[in-house]
Amino acid sequence: MKKEVKLTELLPGEKGIVNHLTLRGLERRRLMDLGFVKGSVVEVIRRSMFGDPTAYFIKGSVIALRREEADEILVIKIDEGD
Amino acid sequence: MGLTHQSCGSKASREKFHVFTDSSEQPVVALAGNPNTGKSTVFNALTGLKQHTGNWPGKTVLRAEGVFLHRGRSFKLIDLPGTYSLLAHSVEEQVARDFICFARPDATVVVVDSTCLERNLNLVLQVIEITDRVVVCLNLMDEARRKNIEIDIKGLSNELGVPVIPTSALMGEGLDLLKESIYRIALGLQYTKPLKINYDDVVEKTVEKLNKKISFYLPEYLNLRWFSLRLLDGDMTIIEAISQHLKAEFNNTTRRVSSYKYRESVN
Ligand SMILES: Nc1nc2c(ncn2[C@@H]2O[C@H](COP(=O)(O)OP(=O)(O)OP(=O)(O)O)[C@@H](O)[C@H]2O)c(=O)[nH]1
Ligand SMILES: [Mg+2]
Repeated sequence: MKKEVKLTELLPGEKGIVNHLTLRGLERRRLMDLGFVKGSVVEVIRRSMFGDPTAYFIKGSVIALRREEADEILVIKIDEGD
Repeated sequence: MGLTHQSCGSKASREKFHVFTDSSEQPVVALAGNPNTGKSTVFNALTGLKQHTGNWPGKTVLRAEGVFLHRGRSFKLIDLPGTYSLLAHSVEEQVARDFICFARPDATVVVVDSTCLERNLNLVLQVIEITDRVVVCLNLMDEARRKNIEIDIKGLSNELGVPVIPTSALMGEGLDLLKESIYRIALGLQYTKPLKINYDDVVEKTVEKLNKKISFYLPEYLNLRWFSLRLLDGDMTIIEAISQHLKAEFNNTTRRVSSYKYRESVN
C-alpha cells in the first residue's frame, strides 16, 4: 500500500486519489460536497502566485482550495507510468 | 402534501423572500443547480423577456425572477444561486437552502450537467431530502452526446423517484417537456417518490429522538427529518433561519388577527 501524502504536497500536473479527510463536522462535509470523497481522482491545476489558493480538477470541475483546507486532504499519489 | 401545499402561510414566507405572485394560484418554481450547469440559460429560454433582476433581500447575491406560461397557466420562476450543496457553507448556499426550505416552491427544478452527473447528483439528493416536488433537468445533453456519454434516463428517474427531463437549453431542446413536467409537479397532478436516504443506525435513532423533541416547535409543513439531520450536523445557521422564519410567521398571524379585531370594532 502506498503512502498517503497531503494534497498540498502534490505539484501542478500531478494527480492523486483522495484517501482520507482529517477534518470533522461541517468542514469535512464542505470538502465532500465539493467532490473530495474517498476514491476521487484529483489533479493539481495551478497554484496562484503565493501558493494560495490552489486550483484542483476533481469530478469534472475546477475547485479552488486554501492551503489550510488542502492540508486536511490526504491522497495516494498516482505516479505517471503506473 | 399535494393540494394542501399552498396553504399554511407560505405566501407570507414567500413575501419575505420578495416573491410576490400575481395571485395565490400562481405557482412558484425555483431553479437550482451547481454553478455553470445552464440555469440562467434555462431561465432565459423559459421566461424570454418577462424577467427582472435584483438582489436577494439583505444579501449581495444576484437574483433573477421571471414568468412563463404553459397550458394557459402563469408560473413564477426564480433563478437560485449556483451551488454544490445546500448545507449553508456560503451565503449563496444559505440563500438557496432558505428559499427551498421556507418559501417552499411548488416545484424545484435541479439543473444538472449531463457530462458530470456524479458531481451534480450530490445536490439533487440534498434537494429531494427537503422536498418531493422536484424535476431534474438533465441539461447539456448535446455535450454529453458529443462526448459519447450515454445516460439511462428512465433508470435514473426510477432510482431518484422524481421526473428526469433531458434538455439542451442552448439549442432550445427539451424545453416543452420540461415545462410540461414542471406543470404537472407544481399543480400536484403528478406525485413523486423521492429516494429516501437512510443513515447509520446511530444516526437514524438519534434523528427519531430529535424529531420527538422538536416536532412541537416546527410547523408541520416544514420537513422535520431534514431539520433534525441539520441539527445533528451542528449547523447553527439553521437555528437562526428557523427562528427568523417563525418570527415572520408569528408577526403575520398577529397582524391578521389584529386587523380582524379592528374591523370587528369599527363595524
Ligand atoms: N452546449 C451547451 N451549452 C450550454 C447549454 N446550456 C447552457 N450552456 C452554456 O453553458 C454556459 C453556462 O450557462 P449559464 O446558463 O450561465 O449557467 P448557470 O448555471 O446559470 O451558471 P451560474 O449562474 O454561474 O451558476 C454558458 O456558456 C451557456 O451558453 C446546453 O444545453 N448546451
Ligand atoms: Mg446563472
